[in-house]
Amino acid sequence: MAKILMKGNEAIGEGAVRAGCRYFFGYPITPQSELPHYLAKRLPEVGGLYLQAESEVASINMVFGAAGAGARVMTSSSGPGISLMQEGISYLAGAELPCVIVNMIRGGPGLGNIAPAQSDYFQATRGGGHGDYRVLVLAPSSVQEIIDLMQDAFDLADKYRNPVMLAGDGVLGQMMEPVILDDEIKPPSLPEKSWAATGRMGRDRKNLINSLYIVPENCEIHNLELGRKYAAMEESEQRWEDYHTEGAEMVLVAFGTAARVCKAVVDMFREEGRPVGLLRPITLWPFPWKRVSALADSVRCFLTVEMNMGQMVEDIRLAVNGKRPVRFYGRVGGMLPVARDVYREALKILDGGAD
Amino acid sequence: MKKVFTRPKSLKDMPFHYCPGCTHGIVHRLVAEVIDEMGIFDRAIAVAPVGCSVFCYEYFDCDAYQASHGRAPAVATGIKRVLPDRVVFTYQGDGDMAAIGTGEVVHAAARGEKFTVIFINNAIYAMTGGQMAPTTLLGQVTTTTPYGRSREVNGCPVRMSEMLSVLDGSAYIARVSVHDPPNVARAKRAIRKAFEVQEAGLGFTMVEVLSSCPTNWGLSPLKALKWLEENMIPYYPLGEYKKPAEVG
Amino acid sequence: MPRVTFREERCKGCELCKHFCPKGIIEMAGHINAMGFHPATVVDAESCTGCATCARMCPDIVIEVEKEEKKVG
Repeated sequence: MAKILMKGNEAIGEGAVRAGCRYFFGYPITPQSELPHYLAKRLPEVGGLYLQAESEVASINMVFGAAGAGARVMTSSSGPGISLMQEGISYLAGAELPCVIVNMIRGGPGLGNIAPAQSDYFQATRGGGHGDYRVLVLAPSSVQEIIDLMQDAFDLADKYRNPVMLAGDGVLGQMMEPVILDDEIKPPSLPEKSWAATGRMGRDRKNLINSLYIVPENCEIHNLELGRKYAAMEESEQRWEDYHTEGAEMVLVAFGTAARVCKAVVDMFREEGRPVGLLRPITLWPFPWKRVSALADSVRCFLTVEMNMGQMVEDIRLAVNGKRPVRFYGRVGGMLPVARDVYREALKILDGGAD
Repeated sequence: MKKVFTRPKSLKDMPFHYCPGCTHGIVHRLVAEVIDEMGIFDRAIAVAPVGCSVFCYEYFDCDAYQASHGRAPAVATGIKRVLPDRVVFTYQGDGDMAAIGTGEVVHAAARGEKFTVIFINNAIYAMTGGQMAPTTLLGQVTTTTPYGRSREVNGCPVRMSEMLSVLDGSAYIARVSVHDPPNVARAKRAIRKAFEVQEAGLGFTMVEVLSSCPTNWGLSPLKALKWLEENMIPYYPLGEYKKPAEVG
Repeated sequence: MPRVTFREERCKGCELCKHFCPKGIIEMAGHINAMGFHPATVVDAESCTGCATCARMCPDIVIEVEKEEKKVG
């Protein structure tokens, strides 16, 4: 075991290599550039391939081809580039292809800016492209968690034959933190992919990577099958972290960078002896509604803190289902929530009566 | 008795959905014959486009992919980079490859991706109802150029073979036609060469096939072939635009 | 004598085989097939040389051609 300092974007790359990913197709965009820089150097060392595409549209379709051929493959981008990839992500979901897509979210809409944001929550958790589909979305909040989640991201993609998205932002990508890495890189053990279209090579049946179901009856069956898969993911894959939620009067809900700020806020309250906790969703989809719903039986109110105009708050309200008030505090456009401001906002709600 | 002409094994035994006289069927057959004759069926991978020929993934009995509109060259890039010893080909129409997918094919050619594009140029969007394609000829009437394609409004038709042949990454680029038996034979030879150049790892390969669309041109199958010969070939000259020295 | 066989149910009546047959021995039948087309048929099988031009121009792979094997030596 070695403890080293690593940048978040580089940790994504190293995590991917250690998870057995050997193919990266991407197009430059800020603020995720250190990741392609890292992999352009790192992948050839392990016999892999880094290929710079002519656009995000091409990148995601190269991912489609490589995933269909059975490879562990990924791409990364940020807001505008992820928007361009949405058609391809829909095709990947429709054809049930595993891959990992990293979105280091920046300020929007439009060109917005390159500062950290969480404004792509809706896009990530509602499918994002056309048609009825879901992408499993993981939201790390530290560099170590990035490394750990990359392995899970690829494993979950293969397990469900579904795209998995890692949602971060410029803060997570740029910051350096100590991480613990195994000295030895284990050779990747990949599940057998008997469905991959690799050329028949003596196989007695043909494999087809496809999302077209021209007969409505068949397309309905396909959608119902996908629906069952998403239901299984909702059942088994909800992940979250509880931070001092025990006996909490108020629970803050925040993910990623915003959750780091909220931990400081919880610490401030706890130092004063006030029972405030944090629930940090690690999967944004499936959203950890089981935990939110359970907390709604005991807490007085929720305050969601997001780097957007209020997106995850809708999922919290769905999970709370009217049982408790759910308040929202957000900073947008690349601005970060500051612990002191969140504290003040929370205090106002607590002392003013949550209802 | 010996069969001198029969259905190639690489084509699944099922009827094509194409309109009467549509030359997609001829080109499908030529590609399948080349796969059979080269003995590469087990290593062949087809990438289907969006358009009339989307179902070619059913017809070619090898492993296949259905790509999003215009992106077949990107999908083929992903496949071939993972499986470099396979024979990968895309089958794309002019709307798919020369309009929405221009970026993907140009950059695949520029990178010298080692797969083959079978490019069907019939000067029209057929599946969606006969709209103007980038390859529609000046003056040609389509459902979106009811007064004929105008240079002022729509610009001029795109010559893809000429365009792609100037890129250093392309190795074999040919334009052929299937309007009569001698040209069908030439088309097959070009497809075979393209696959051989791909196998030799020499770079990007494309065969542009001038094809007819009797339904959307509003002509009988025979008159459509005549129209192709008289109108398309003068604008889209046939020939090998690029070939490596290794290929005779 | 060469034998040319038409898979009638697959014929869409496009007439390309009829047009390109160098012997002019292909005609469209009077009846219609299951798809509603007048299928192509050979009217003078004796004159067929087995050149397979019809088959090579058929977009629907309707036609199969057989020939006597040449005895060598």
